[in-house]
Amino acid sequence: MKTYTYTDKKDTRSGFGAGLAELGRTNPNVVALCADLIGSLKMNEFIDENPERFFQIGIAEANMMGIAAGLTIGGKIPFTGTFANFSTGRVYDQIRQSIAYSGKNVKICASHAGLTLGEDGATHQILEDIGLMKMLPGMVVINPCDYNQTKAATIAIADYDGPVYLRFGRPSVPIFTPADQKFEIGKAIKFTEGSDVTIVATGHLVWEALEASKALHEAGISAEVINIHTIKPLDEEAILASIEKTGCIVTAEEHNHLGGLGESVARVLAQHRPTPQEFVATNDTFGESGTPAQLMDKYGLNSDAIQKAVKTVLKRK
Amino acid sequence: MPNIKELEDLTTQVRRDILRMVHKVNSGHPGGSLGCAEFFVSLYKEIMDRNDHFDMDGKGEDLFFLSNGHISPVYYSVLARSGYFSVDELNTFRLLDSRLQGHPTTHEGLPGIRIASGSLGQGMSVAIGAAQAKKLNNDNHLVYSLHGDGELQEGQNWEAIMYASAKKVDNLISTIDLNGQQIDGSTDDVLPMGSIKGKFEAFGWTVVDIEEGNNIEAVLKGMAEAKSLAGKGKPICVLLKTVMGNGIDFMMHTHAWHGKAPNDEQLAIGLAQNAETLGDY
Ligand SMILES: Cc1ncc(C[n+]2csc(CCOP(=O)(O)OP(=O)(O)O)c2C)c(N)n1
Ligand SMILES: [Mg+2]
Repeated sequence: MKTYTYTDKKDTRSGFGAGLAELGRTNPNVVALCADLIGSLKMNEFIDENPERFFQIGIAEANMMGIAAGLTIGGKIPFTGTFANFSTGRVYDQIRQSIAYSGKNVKICASHAGLTLGEDGATHQILEDIGLMKMLPGMVVINPCDYNQTKAATIAIADYDGPVYLRFGRPSVPIFTPADQKFEIGKAIKFTEGSDVTIVATGHLVWEALEASKALHEAGISAEVINIHTIKPLDEEAILASIEKTGCIVTAEEHNHLGGLGESVARVLAQHRPTPQEFVATNDTFGESGTPAQLMDKYGLNSDAIQKAVKTVLKRK
Repeated sequence: MPNIKELEDLTTQVRRDILRMVHKVNSGHPGGSLGCAEFFVSLYKEIMDRNDHFDMDGKGEDLFFLSNGHISPVYYSVLARSGYFSVDELNTFRLLDSRLQGHPTTHEGLPGIRIASGSLGQGMSVAIGAAQAKKLNNDNHLVYSLHGDGELQEGQNWEAIMYASAKKVDNLISTIDLNGQQIDGSTDDVLPMGSIKGKFEAFGWTVVDIEEGNNIEAVLKGMAEAKSLAGKGKPICVLLKTVMGNGIDFMMHTHAWHGKAPNDEQLAIGLAQNAETLGDY
């Protein structure tokens, strides 16, 4: 079995910051906007190098989305930066009308997604954003898994013409994908080959899925781990090809089971090949204050929870 | 006559609570909390007419809403020291399974809290609704709210400000914490807002200035004046000039401590500058 290790840990938001800085040097049309959270979004390098291409909006996210939409008229490629909650729910209709429906080339870059934002608590921990964004016609939804993948995704979406929601997080997590990867929107990545069960994971749960697959291997269970970084458009072929082999699937995400990756996968399965599926996701609940590790444990979003779900789904085959 | 010395002692103790709470969990927002300590103490100990017992509807008493929910440490400390829950519970701030969430919430049923806040810019609308409910109930009590100055950049405030005067919500006293700071720098660096007083007046509010928002006597006097202006057809805005990080010398006059906890050494210095008065929790 192929195993993954890491030597370094970093936050995915820093991958965004590094990608944005690189775009600042290579793509003169890229502009950035922020609503009083420059440090949290790691936008300093871009701003230092391109002060004239940065817009400090103040604490006014709705205004930021509208200004971003306007900046595209004239050929700019705006990257907006704020927390995931304030990037989606707070500004849903502004995104819906001025960006998605109007077909504007805005990149909505959202940090501190999910429970792992930690102690700030439920007001800031959005677990509904993937659902909100994937329901908008034409919106691409991406949730990368580590620093390198987030950096690559940030760079890749500048070359894609259309609205994108890029979701990343606050905590330091293992770096296990290559620094020189090319990021292909909508293309799943198979991390391990397996024959008993398919584990499809996104974001911070990908590393947990790899950890789970190691433990499962020792218990004689062969898991195929697939990284779905793009939730929309979903790589249906990769998922169907895998379950053709394994006959059951576990989906894992730092998001509500309502509206998340799991539901997108379930739709594909129901339509093409009904298959037993278990969901590793939050169960229609808000989050709360706590350390990231405590919260991921309490809400069942880690390697242990994935292993349990695998054992359950295997019995349903 | 209020006993100023007692209120000052309580304020000092509240500052200690704030520092110790954020230090313990290495997270939270000391800067804005420290700047508003005198305001909270004045409001809960002298200004508001409060029932002994907390219930959500708060009929027959004054109400308070915190819109800038990140300054929860000062709110929790003053609520605890006003008898809403045990001061020992301050020990659980931001811990797993606590009622003292990072930002105030009704979700865990903490007495004293009537609405969740943390996502900025929403509290004034809620306060207006509660004030209108009081009118419908023929309840003569007042509704107070607090907002950050950076928070005023959120457009929803201006919808609320326009509405409150249009609908003559004159049982509402909304205070703005004018500390001139927000996360990315001073409010003037991030987004200069010009004359906030002029804006509120242009929107039809009566404005009361409190120049020394970290002086208990000045706060009491200003809030008493605001109270006397209620019921005259206009909503009332208090512009409370404060110093972010007040009372801890190295935290003052900067945005650096907006959302950063002191380390062990910094805690010790901060506590040394604010000797224990009523007893630590
Ligand atoms: C809608 C929303 N956007 C952004 C934030 C992140 N945030 C928390 S506090 C803050 C700055 C608030 O400034 P101010 O109201 O002046 O409070 P102070 O820093 O003075 O305590 C920001 C941007 C938030 N909590 N809610
Ligand atoms: Mg301020």
